[in-house]
Parts: sequence; C-alpha cells; structure tokens
Amino acid sequence: MSAPEVAIVGVGLHPFGRYGDKPALQMGTEAVRDALADAGTEWSRVQQAYVGSHVVSNPDAIIGSLGLTGIPVRGVFNGCATGGTSLQMAAAAIRYGEADVAMAIGFDKHPRGAFTGHPSIVGLPEWYGQVGLFLTTHFFGTKINRYMGLHGISQDTLARVAAKNLRNGEITPHAWRRKAMSVEEIRDSAVVNYPLTQYMYCSPCEGAAAVVLCRADLASSFSSAPVYVRASELRSRRPGAFELQSPSLPLETAPSPSVDASRAAYEAAGIGPEDVQVAQLQDTDAGSELIHMAENGFCADGEQEKWLAEGATEIGGRLPVNTDGGLIANGEPIGASGLRQIYETVLQLQGRAGDRQVPGDPRVGYAHLYGAPGASAVTILSR
Amino acid sequence: MANQVPVAEGVFTWPSDEPQLIASERDGELSFPARPGEDERLLSRRGTLWAFTTQQFRPPSPPYDGNDTAETFQPYALGYVELPGELRVQGRFTESDPEKLRIGMEMEVVVVPYTTRPDGTEVLTYAFAPVADAGVDR
Repeated sequence: MSAPEVAIVGVGLHPFGRYGDKPALQMGTEAVRDALADAGTEWSRVQQAYVGSHVVSNPDAIIGSLGLTGIPVRGVFNGCATGGTSLQMAAAAIRYGEADVAMAIGFDKHPRGAFTGHPSIVGLPEWYGQVGLFLTTHFFGTKINRYMGLHGISQDTLARVAAKNLRNGEITPHAWRRKAMSVEEIRDSAVVNYPLTQYMYCSPCEGAAAVVLCRADLASSFSSAPVYVRASELRSRRPGAFELQSPSLPLETAPSPSVDASRAAYEAAGIGPEDVQVAQLQDTDAGSELIHMAENGFCADGEQEKWLAEGATEIGGRLPVNTDGGLIANGEPIGASGLRQIYETVLQLQGRAGDRQVPGDPRVGYAHLYGAPGASAVTILSR
Repeated sequence: MANQVPVAEGVFTWPSDEPQLIASERDGELSFPARPGEDERLLSRRGTLWAFTTQQFRPPSPPYDGNDTAETFQPYALGYVELPGELRVQGRFTESDPEKLRIGMEMEVVVVPYTTRPDGTEVLTYAFAPVADAGVDR
C-alpha cells in the first residue's frame, strides 16, 4: 500500500425513506451539517464541493442554506454511480492540490415506482418504450435468470440475500425498512420480473448523505480516527457488456464495468479482495448482490450458493455484505445512495456501527455501485 | 379483419409472411435498431433463446402505450434471442410462462398486435415465438 493522500474525516446522513413535502435540498443540508459536525468543522473550511442529484437539476443550490462562500461547487450525475463519482471527484481535487478540504454531497427525492422516462433521452427509439421495453427492472431479472442457469444458483439463495439485508435493516436505526422477513415470505411474494419477487427489489425513495474529505496529512486536526481513501475508480461499459436498455448486444461479450472498476481499484489500492473485511455492494435487487460478489472478485461464479447457505455474507461471516441493509433496506435516492455506502463503511471501520458492528476490528472496507447505462464506481477505504 | 399498422417504420419488414428485423451495418458491425445513414441489413428469422425474464407489472405510460390498465395488463416474457453470426436481439416473447422457456431453445421472429387504438387499429410489434408455436400467434 502506498501512503494515503486523502482522508475522510466526517460523514453525515439524512435517513432514507419517505418525507412528505420535505425538499431534497433540506435533507441535503441536514446531511452536510451532520457530516461537518462529525468532522468538528464548519462549512467555511470547505474549499470545493461535488453535489449529486437526479431530481434537483442544479444541486449546487444547496449553498443557499449552507453559506455563500464563493467556492467552486459542481453538480454531478452519473446514474446509480453518482455517489461514487462525487466522492472520486472530491478526492481528486484534494490529490491534485486544488483543495485541502472538500465535500461529496448527495440527495434525492424520487416519486414512487420504477424509474422510467422517455427513450429518446438515452438515444433509443420511441417504439422501444411504446411496446414496454424501456424499463430498468427487467434487465435485472434477465441477467440473474441467465446467471442462475449457468452457475447453479437457486431461488432460495436470492431470497436469502433479501432476508439478510432486511435483517440488517432491522438492527440499523436509520434504515427505511426495519422489518425482517423469512426466506419463504420473500421467495413466495409476487413475482416482479421472473425469478425476482417483490421483496427482492429495492425501491426509489428520498434521503441525503455527505462526506468531508481532506488532505491526509491534515486529517488528525479533524478526526482522531480518519479513514483513508485507498482507491476510488469509475468505469463505463465496453462493447459487448450486457447492460440495461440494450435493444441488441453484439455476440462477442465483455465483462461488466463493475469488473473493470473493481480491478482498477484493487490495483490502485494495492489491496486484494482477500483483504476486504466489510463490503457494500449495489443490491438494486437480490440477484445484483450475488452477481456483484463475483464481479468484484470476492468469490467465483456459482460459489454464492454455498456462501449464502453458510451465512458468509452475514455480519458475523467471512465477508459481511451490506451491513446496513443495503439498497433493499434503505431504498435508493440515486444522488445519495453511494455516499450512504461510504457513511456505513466509515462507521464500520471506526467501530461506531452499534448493533450491526462487524466483529474483529475491520480495517479495510469496500463500496461498489452499478447502474444504467453501464457505469460502475468502486471505492476502497482503510484505517 | 382489423386495420393493422406497425409500431414504427423501419423496425421489421411488414407486411410479410416471413417478417425480418431490420438492422444496419457499418464496417462489418451490425446494429439493431438500424442506425441512420448505414447500409440496411435484414436479420435471420431464427435463433436461440439467450436470456429471459417476465414483465409482471404494467410499464409506466408514457412511454408504454398499451391500451390496458394495471388491472387488465397481461404479463409477458421478454429477453434476448441470439441470431447466429449476427446479434443478440431483445424483444417480447409470445410465450409468457417462464416455465415453458429455456435457454437454448429455438425462437423465431413473428409480428403480433400488442395494443389497439381507439379507432380499432391494431398496432404491431415484432416478438419472438418458440419455433413450435411460430405462425400460431400471428
């Protein structure tokens, strides 16, 4: 491992859920104040900010409530990878000497139901939407259904993933879904996209998260337990990757951008998957978490069946995954979701995760995002 | 017989007893749907099922324009069919029961109505049918 250049010294969260008329910007403001308090500092010390949102078209408007200090503030949107991108850009600003202290901020407030829109926005023809193909959800059913057939994964294993995440949500005070469900209830609930059922999917929702980063050599002036950014990598799809919103795919296949982002992050960090002690993996649905275990190098394709049966991804297991319940228990405000993963990872590495604390004093954590139209962000943190 | 129109021009050959999807080609690389300004190329009618799922809830409108409601929506299966030497193409399937679909089975392009406009005009889309059924659902 090379000497770290960037540290995280404060994390804040506005819990994810449903908040009536409360504006997304207000949730963002509260998350920022929470993060600044955690770092024992003030907005006036922040020299750059990167702010992610899907529904707020100019998320930099958050400075209206934080303070008009004149600093550069940049809006970020990169689909489900937005939070990882904001964090990466804030870390880069510090690494390149543009700022000593920077923030990554995210907030969102989505209407209920599956994400949709107009196909032309992503360059697809009108008919693709008219006939009912312009949806994100069926991609996940298609990908895991093929994966299960190829690699011998059972539907009970899918249900075990969702049951674990809901169980973790139950012991996470800020989680949205705090009611555990049995494997049988999850498996036998309404099918949404075969073989995925209702309780195997996350839902869009509302919330915010924020992270204070600084030059590693300044970290001790903010925090007695800084967490270092060892790698933060973003990758987009290559030809042949099996992605959302693809009316056709070439015959020659390529790995998911998750594989590319993961490999790049391990290389940058000088850390391997065997060193990771707690992981947050994009669980848009239970199948995605299973696939992402392999795409991020934690197990071979098909080993998930045994891992889940043995409880290897439980909080006390070999590699705890989605310790706060992930997207399944917290929902997905897109702009904030990746920073929730960072919030959770930092708490775990600092031993502040309460009832869901991973035992054994974990030192290395991993956070992974994936989404349309084929983008993945991976962050590796360590104490 | 009801008046029928394709959902869009340039997606599949129609009218035709043996409909084909319309792709385009540039430097040996195929694209479906066809890209403007490239050479048109008709794709094979038969291939093998590569991946599938089902759509159990009515997609949001717009962009979906089926004349059904959340209550009357009929779930359909969808996925990718690998056309040998060409592309894997995504589409709706005529068979909606996932238990009757398996990866590797032979599938064929058909053209079927997916909705009816207020004036009674049926709107047609391409779909993939298991080869044993091809022709039945037209």
